[in-house]
Formats: sequence, structure tokens, C-alpha cells
Amino acid sequence: MPSSARGPAIEVAGLRKTYRSKSGDQLVLDGVDLVVPAGTVTALLGPNGAGKTTTVGVLSTLLKADAGTVRIAGHDIAREPDAVRASIGVTGQITAVDELLTGTENLRLMADLNHLGRAGRARVTELLDRFGLTDAAGKPVATYSGGMKRKLDLAMTLVGAPSVVFLDEPTTGLDPRSRRALWDEVRALVESGTTILLTTQYLEEADKLADSVAVLNGGRIVAQGTPDELKAVHDAGSLDDVFLALTEPPAATAEDDVPADEKENVR
Amino acid sequence: MTTVATPVPTAVARPKPIADVRTMLRRNLLRAVRYPGLTMFMVLGPLVMLVLFVYVFGGALGAGVDPGAAPGAEARAAYLDYLTPTLLVITIVGAGQSVAISAAMDAYGGIMARFKTMAISPGSVLSGQVLGTVVQGVLALVLVLGAAFAMGYRPDADALDWLALAGILVLLAFSLAWLCVAMGLNAKSVETASNTPMILLLLPFLGSGFVPVETMPTPVQWFAQHQPFTPIIETVRGLLAGGAGLHGSVAATAVAWLLVIGVAGYVWARSLFRRERKI
Repeated sequence: MPSSARGPAIEVAGLRKTYRSKSGDQLVLDGVDLVVPAGTVTALLGPNGAGKTTTVGVLSTLLKADAGTVRIAGHDIAREPDAVRASIGVTGQITAVDELLTGTENLRLMADLNHLGRAGRARVTELLDRFGLTDAAGKPVATYSGGMKRKLDLAMTLVGAPSVVFLDEPTTGLDPRSRRALWDEVRALVESGTTILLTTQYLEEADKLADSVAVLNGGRIVAQGTPDELKAVHDAGSLDDVFLALTEPPAATAEDDVPADEKENVR
Repeated sequence: MTTVATPVPTAVARPKPIADVRTMLRRNLLRAVRYPGLTMFMVLGPLVMLVLFVYVFGGALGAGVDPGAAPGAEARAAYLDYLTPTLLVITIVGAGQSVAISAAMDAYGGIMARFKTMAISPGSVLSGQVLGTVVQGVLALVLVLGAAFAMGYRPDADALDWLALAGILVLLAFSLAWLCVAMGLNAKSVETASNTPMILLLLPFLGSGFVPVETMPTPVQWFAQHQPFTPIIETVRGLLAGGAGLHGSVAATAVAWLLVIGVAGYVWARSLFRRERKI
């Protein structure tokens, strides 16, 4: 349960991010505003290259925003990055496990880095059991299937009992059973008071799982609401139709996504 | 259905650098145990060179490093004396290659991004790698030195020389590990991570590692005399020979080079670690 009555778990206002490189600058986030109430699931939808992963990168302290404010669990990301880091758990697109270590050793590494002390062992055992990894716990992760690695990845994210969890395309590459198991896990987390922001390509996933859906396109949130609200507003039968109505067909290059006036600012 | 949630331990917001470095060191040593191939590679290279250069080339090369030695067994023994210090240095270079690979594995595997999103001491991520490499490097040194002993190597070093030798080799291990961690982070992929450190492996050949510098053509000689590995190898060689013929200025140059390499490597590695990776 949430420890106390609190404001939104995630508050993002005017977030801007440009990747700078020798081959040219690329504006990715162009004023993202997003509010995720504590204890809810928000799905971030958008076409490839819309900036979903970049948004998660900034919110999880991996990337620095050029402008805008971000508050996570009440902490300003620029002023108190360590307080933010202590509140969050991140499962990125690349499975972040140590392949040479066993499942137990990976989880223990997380317990130690979260400074859990003696409580760490019980936490590791509990998570192995919860994710059905007890039998494989002593085997090197390199021998795990993709689905098992993904489960361990999420278990590692949860070791420190984060109040806010970011899941970047958590079910990509999973078979239907593993996907459903992960959905159940997400629901259980939310029931225990955790706030979740997930990105997904699967509209069905957003429809089934999310309390709120935010559609990201061209570096901005172009719509946010419950799945039903979005369908009603856009007079659409499914989130697929909403998605197609709100986003443009994929452009030839990422740079073409940037409006002309923005290009001038960037250059 | 109501379930009573067990109290879940929560993360402590304040990073604990010493505890974190210890955790990361333990992780890297555990990796070394789980993947002994990389450590063995560290030892195998110098061992192959030791056998090849002493038993195949040594009989001929020995006369070049000790003009009094007769071709054959005597020359081989002289060359073993000359070569062992070089191979100790090369063993540490090998350790550097392995840390470059493991740093690149972390950076490209996603686990480094995970560490960066955790409330841990940021310095512990790379320090753990470096410390782990120094420990592995020292173990590898013992094995290579043991092999040289088995081949009849008997250094004249006294206790103080050994102490100084341990100091210079550990300093070498730290300096090269920081430099190679940076090279690994700077690599475009895990596969190419050990390419840049490979240049380091070439330097002992272009110095006093295998034959005396005086026998080289002038331009090579100039390079050999001004590159860091010549004073480093000369210092190691001098200490193993009991300090005979080791000038203080050579040892000082070696230490100065090591400090410069170590500090530069550390600064470079830290800036690469902090650099944003496009995701």
C-alpha cells in the first residue's frame, strides 16, 4: 500500500531532449507533459522513433533533459537524482542481467547494491519463488531461455521494492503465456501500491493493462486518457484505430519527423 | 481474497561507496571464476611466449643479451633471465585486454544502464572492474613467474627488491586497467573492445622487451627509448636482478609514466562512463 497519501508518482512538464552528435542534432522530445497518479498503470504508446524509450531514459535518470521538469515520487530529478534512483526500478529494452552469474547471484547483487543487509536473502528467495525461477536459481543465466531472462530482469528491478517502476516494452519477444504471466505480475504490483509506466507496441496490452494511455507522437503527448475515453473521443472501436488516427505514417528518416520550424531551431 | 503483505525492505537512498565497491569487486571475481577462459587467456599468452622464445629462439638470442654466453643451454638461460621480466609486464597487459572486454560487455549488455539507474556509488561500477582485474593480474603473475622458475629462472632479488617489484607491478596493473577500461568503453562493440589494448601488447616488442634497444636502427631506437614500456621493463628487470645496473632515474621515469597513464586512464574512463549513451 502507498505509505501515505501523496500526489502523482510521476509529473513531467515541458520535457525537451535533443540528441547531439557530429552527424547532426536530432530533436526527440518536444515538450512532453505527463502525469501518472500513484498506484496506477500508464501505457505510453507511439510509433517507432516517437521518443518512448528516450522518455523512459530521462525519467530513469539515464539521460539529462534539455528543458522541462520531472518529479518522481515527489523528488525533482535534476536536484535529487539519488532520491529518484532509490524510488525507481527500471526494466529496459535490453535485458540487463549478468549472463555469467546464476539467477540467485544476480538477485543477490541487486540486494547488496540496494543495501538490504540480512533482509536481502529472504527477498531473493521470495522473488525467485514469485517468478518461478527457483529450479533454475543455481544455473548460469546464459543457459536461461529468453522468457526466463526477462523474468529475472524484472525480478532484479523489484529487489529494492521500488515505488515507481518503468517497463520499456516488457513483453516484446515473449510468447503469449509469458506475456500473460507478466501482465498478472504488473496487476499484482499495482495492487500493492506500485506505480507503473510502461511503453508498448501492443495496443491490446495497453487496453487490458493500463488505467491510462498516453500517445506519444513527434516528441509530444498528443492524447491521454483511459482507453475507453480515447476510443470515445476518436469515435473508434479499438485503440488500433485511435493509434492510427493520432499518429502519422512512418517517415523515411527520423529527422523527417521533426517539423520544419523545429529543424531551424536545432540547426 | 486478502493477503497480508510481508513488510518489504526498502532501498536506502544514500550511496555507500565502500560497500558498493566491495559488492562490485565480488561480482567481478565471481565472473572470473565462472568464466575462467578469459583469465586463462591472460596466463596462456605469456606462457606460450616463454616456451617459444626461450626454448626455440633463446639459444640464438641469448648471445645478443649476454655476449659471454655460449650458444645453446647457456644462451637459453641468459635469455630466460632477460625475458621473464618482460613477460610479467605482458601478463599485466593481457589483464588489461580482459578488462576492456568485460567493460564493453557491461556497457553493451544493458547492466551498466541498470547500475546507473540505481542509488549506488557511480564510481563503484568501474572501480569494481579495475580491482577485480588487479586481483586476477596478480594471480596470473604468480603463475607466469612459477613457470619461469620451473624452467630454471633464479632471480637475484632480495626481500626489498621483491617488495619494490610488487609495488611497481600492482601500480602497472592499476594504471593499465584504468586505461583499458576506458578503451573498452570507447569501443564500438564488444568484439572490437580488445583491439585498442592490442597496441599495448606491441610496445614491449618496440622497446627493450625482447632484445636490447642498442641493436635497433636509429629511428626505432629513438622510439624505444622514449616510450613508457622501456623504463617499466628495465625497472622490473633491474629489481629482479637485485638492483644491479638499475638507475634511479629509470625507475623514476617508469613510476612517472605509470602515474600519467593511470590518471589519464581514470579521467578518460570516468568521462566515458558519465557520457550519455543514445538509447
